[in-house]
Amino acid sequence: MTNVLGQVAAVARRSVIRTARQPAAVVFPLAFPMLLLLVNSGGLDASTKLPGFPTDSFVAFALAVPFIQGALFSTMNAGTDLARDIQTGFLNRISLTSIRGVALIAGLLAGAVTLGLIQAIFYVVVGLIVGVDFASGLLGILVLLVFSALISISFGALGIFLALRTGSGEAIQGVFPLLFVFLFLSSMNTPRNLIAVDWFKAVATANPVSYLIECVRSLIITGWDREALFLGFGLAIVIGIASTTVATLALKERLVRT
Amino acid sequence: MRLWPVASGVAWRTLKNVFTNPAIFFPSLVFPLFFFTAFAGGLSQVSKVPGFDFEPGYTAFQFCFVLIQSAAFGGVFTGFGIARDFESGFARRLLLAAPNRSGIVAGYALAALGRWLVTACVLTIVALIAGMNVFGGTVDVVGMYTLALLINLSGLLWACGVAMRFRTMQAGPIMQMPVFLILFFAPVYVPLALLNGWIEAVATLNPLTYVIEAARSMLAGDEVHVLSAFVIAAGLVALFTFWSFRGLRKAEAAG
Amino acid sequence: MEARGNSIEVEGLVREFRKGPRAVDGIELRVDPGEIYGFLGPNGAGKSTTVLMLTTLLPPTAGKARVGGYDVVAEGPKVRSVIGAALQEAALDPMLTGRDHLRLQATLQGIPRAERKVRAQELLERVGLSEAADRKVGGYSGGMKRRLDLALALVHRPRILFLDEPTTGLDIQSRTALWDEVARLARDDGVTVFLTTQYLEEADVLADRVGIIDHGHIVAEGTPEALKAEIGLPSVHATPAEQDDRERLVAALAPYGEPLDGSARDVVVRLREGLAGLPAVVRAVDEAGLTLASLEIQAPSLDDVFLAKTGRSLEGAGGDDQDEDETAA
Repeated sequence: MTNVLGQVAAVARRSVIRTARQPAAVVFPLAFPMLLLLVNSGGLDASTKLPGFPTDSFVAFALAVPFIQGALFSTMNAGTDLARDIQTGFLNRISLTSIRGVALIAGLLAGAVTLGLIQAIFYVVVGLIVGVDFASGLLGILVLLVFSALISISFGALGIFLALRTGSGEAIQGVFPLLFVFLFLSSMNTPRNLIAVDWFKAVATANPVSYLIECVRSLIITGWDREALFLGFGLAIVIGIASTTVATLALKERLVRT
Repeated sequence: MRLWPVASGVAWRTLKNVFTNPAIFFPSLVFPLFFFTAFAGGLSQVSKVPGFDFEPGYTAFQFCFVLIQSAAFGGVFTGFGIARDFESGFARRLLLAAPNRSGIVAGYALAALGRWLVTACVLTIVALIAGMNVFGGTVDVVGMYTLALLINLSGLLWACGVAMRFRTMQAGPIMQMPVFLILFFAPVYVPLALLNGWIEAVATLNPLTYVIEAARSMLAGDEVHVLSAFVIAAGLVALFTFWSFRGLRKAEAAG
Repeated sequence: MEARGNSIEVEGLVREFRKGPRAVDGIELRVDPGEIYGFLGPNGAGKSTTVLMLTTLLPPTAGKARVGGYDVVAEGPKVRSVIGAALQEAALDPMLTGRDHLRLQATLQGIPRAERKVRAQELLERVGLSEAADRKVGGYSGGMKRRLDLALALVHRPRILFLDEPTTGLDIQSRTALWDEVARLARDDGVTVFLTTQYLEEADVLADRVGIIDHGHIVAEGTPEALKAEIGLPSVHATPAEQDDRERLVAALAPYGEPLDGSARDVVVRLREGLAGLPAVVRAVDEAGLTLASLEIQAPSLDDVFLAKTGRSLEGAGGDDQDEDETAA
């Protein structure tokens, strides 16, 4: 058992180290969401004047989005890193050791969670610096970090699945726009009840990313919204179970070792 | 030495690459459509904010921004292709073969334009189907597209200069980021008059603000800042022409 | 785990791919403990596919193989515990340092924490990478990467080592250094080495025995000397400094072997006693007072063996790219 934990830790450590040693991989997931937050909160501040807008601070409203964007970056990082390992034969090297498939996935996800938490803490700190008042307090921030870890697992496993299926970093880069679409066709910039265009409202309502955003948003601007928390956590768990399951199955297919 | 044979050859080859390669073509077509849908669809209630008085409506309001955005990024995406040509060694072949190397830059510019025209047509058709109102006359509409064309050229020349200096795909973010910033620090979601605080200050200083506002005003048939916008756009073209040709010299010197 | 020897036994091993011919078509071989077995063949012959099967990374379609006493299909994890492998790609992470790689490998191989650092340092010194240990592998030369690859394969002190074209792309110095280390492992540590190569010289210099594979079949097997002797004895090619001395040279060399057709200038004789007969040839030329413009020995090479068995030369013989297809399958 100790060795399994050691193996998981070794794989996780490697994931973190190699991300940390690529400045672009560190800076971009931190900087880009903040840039978008900056741009959107400046450009859309006027919309807080709309009747029914839940807060008078667009920054507080939009701060939820980076947490979800960070999760998308987790998908990309975990996926492209593993795809590179497949292409270079590094996965073969690992598979010649005694590491079990489950431990390998656990290690990769542990790496994704570590990076996801670092991102989440950064976003929280930025939010506090610009004067966002977290309605749910310190406990809410902790719950938010737990949620960030959870969605890092869910989306990280998705990235791992894509890597194992395609074996190609380019294919994963090609999926990125699709994830971006899910982000934009959500309640990212407008509360769902205020979306004026019917079809867009319907898409945002059907889009699971809306509920993930709203879960985080509720902790920031509302406090303790049971429904939002239940939906957000529930969905994250469902996505997580589905993605880790398919990732595990894909690993079995990819690692044909006897 | 004649420019046209080189320019037309480079343009033909670049366009053929783009249109026969879905992985290259579709992002530059799909992304503007996507942004248009997301902004016009998801943010249309912004038109109800007190003080928002753009007569043709929010769809038209966003159409103008997305048109300019697609033009700028269309140029940048062609710049990616230039970087790829350097990485693969194909650019060296062009430099060796072309009697007039300025034609190479001209060729890439023509290709960027050709590529963007397709995007602009599709975007326009989709916007009209979505019910976009056009209150400007023919001259206004032509003026709007001409402004966008100049921005496309500026985008390409900027990216070309970067590509020729770095000669690697890893320069992609350097090409993209400034363009992204200059676009998004303009009045994207609401008119300049409704911006407050730091974003208002930044947008006021941003030259692209006047280009976008002018484009919107021409679509609305209520021209504002048009001359300034054309001067700015022409100025950007001139500046980045100098930038890209200097880049060409550096690429030549590097061999 | 109980020690079960460090031999390799293969019976009727087959690997068939979905849409292609049989990459490995019923090979049989045995590698004795402590032996260096050279598996020689052109590109696409089935070398890498064989290695992938023996290292449990690819299940065989048919046949049996036992590595270190364990069945490669039924006892995969046990096989992996006793083997080390440096496969065709160096398979390194450019963002990690050499030391990082060894640490990771040691952890994954279950080396106790207290031993990992020491083992890593020992291996770094052994392969000459101590100074570069804390640099990222992305900056290593090809030779350095191969040395690190070998070190990683040795972390857990395997009894059997698989090396798949380990010196491809290396300069002569790096290649020689790697050969020295492989020879030392077999000689001093008793490690059994299964080495695939397309370089004749490598098989000649390193291998105790050689198996030559072509289109998935083993076409010849034995020691390099025995295989070459099967083809023929070495011949001496002598060119007199003065063309008029040619007849005298023919007479001087006649007692030492069978005359062969050469050029109008050369005298060619197949040495009856092989290379051992060479000193006598030199003395005979000297005693006859003859001056030579050149004296050359031509011994059959493994390429000659391959040519005799397959009708093709080994060098330049590959091209089906089966090996690349295999690793992508």
